[in-house]
Amino acid sequence: MTLDLAGAILLVAGGAFLFLGGLGLYRMPDTFNRIQVGTKATTLGTVLSLAGAGCLQPEWSFKLVLIGIFLLFTNPLSSQVLARSAHRIGVAQAPETRVDHLAEDQKRGRDES
Amino acid sequence: MISDILERHRQIVGVFAALMIFWVLLNGTVAPDVLALGAVVALLISVAFKDTLSFFSDFRFTPAAVWATVLYFAYFFKELVVANLKLSAVVLHPALPIKPGLVKVRTNLKTPMGRLLLANSITLTPGTLSVEMDGQWLYVHWVVMETDDVDEATAKIVRGFERFLEVMYG
Amino acid sequence: MVETLILVAAALAGAAFVLALDRFVRGPVAADRVIAFDVLTIIAITGIVLTALFEGRAVYLDVALVYALLSFLGVIVVARYLGKGA
Repeated sequence: MTLDLAGAILLVAGGAFLFLGGLGLYRMPDTFNRIQVGTKATTLGTVLSLAGAGCLQPEWSFKLVLIGIFLLFTNPLSSQVLARSAHRIGVAQAPETRVDHLAEDQKRGRDES
Repeated sequence: MISDILERHRQIVGVFAALMIFWVLLNGTVAPDVLALGAVVALLISVAFKDTLSFFSDFRFTPAAVWATVLYFAYFFKELVVANLKLSAVVLHPALPIKPGLVKVRTNLKTPMGRLLLANSITLTPGTLSVEMDGQWLYVHWVVMETDDVDEATAKIVRGFERFLEVMYG
Repeated sequence: MVETLILVAAALAGAAFVLALDRFVRGPVAADRVIAFDVLTIIAITGIVLTALFEGRAVYLDVALVYALLSFLGVIVVARYLGKGA
């Protein structure tokens, strides 16, 4: 019973982080910041939900762990590839952005060559 | 003798072990026929892809490295939770207090897999996202930028993970 | 009690889905739509797990696993395609 309750609470916490991810996606001013909240909040949200499901149905744990590990490896990878592509094609950054060492270095590289 | 073979083919051994674990988890049983089928397929795959990059590519199979892996995952999960709480505070704040910037950091890791794991870890932790990699330089997008100095940023973003990955991969 | 909490979690995931869908529709650039799509799939995976819990059927978990695999490949392919221009 306690385990069931813990599982249900984990599920709600997971849902809350998913919601924050969605809210971040809605509110953030540029693509890079959206990728940031989009990946982080939803990864934790899903992992918490999976943990909650594992508490409610312990015999499913194996498969849930599998899904969790898979997401932990692939989620950051896909957002990195996306961020790199976005920067390469020059997606606009929010006016608040302070520095861009990458663009500076790339410009320097072009000037030297 | 056996340890010699293990050392020379550690990529195959590592991938084989990982695939077998994956297979058993997926089936949820250790029945002999399931194990036999899994072993055959896992062997074929691990031999066929022995030169491809994998988690075990440059992994040092030493007790210290295994212990560092455990510590690394513990630290990683702690950082994942901290990162999310910080970012949640930013997202929920009515004024959306962000200070984004793309800063350059340096890594001492030499192996491709070590660098890949470092980039992955950075992406999932405190407001940072790896954007581009160029040799020892990593370009990181930072939602709430604390510094644009290369050395300070390296200390803040990279060191936490690097100290484990150094032991694991070098 | 537990069932109610599962429904609360599902409602939160649903709200997140709507917010991400808004980003998917508005863009404004392709990269925004791709990240929105990525988030939508992750929410959907949680949704599938919640459905599995509610119905008490483990088969759905396989669906979630395959879906995670496919969405990863999809995002990588589209992202690489986007970056190819430069």
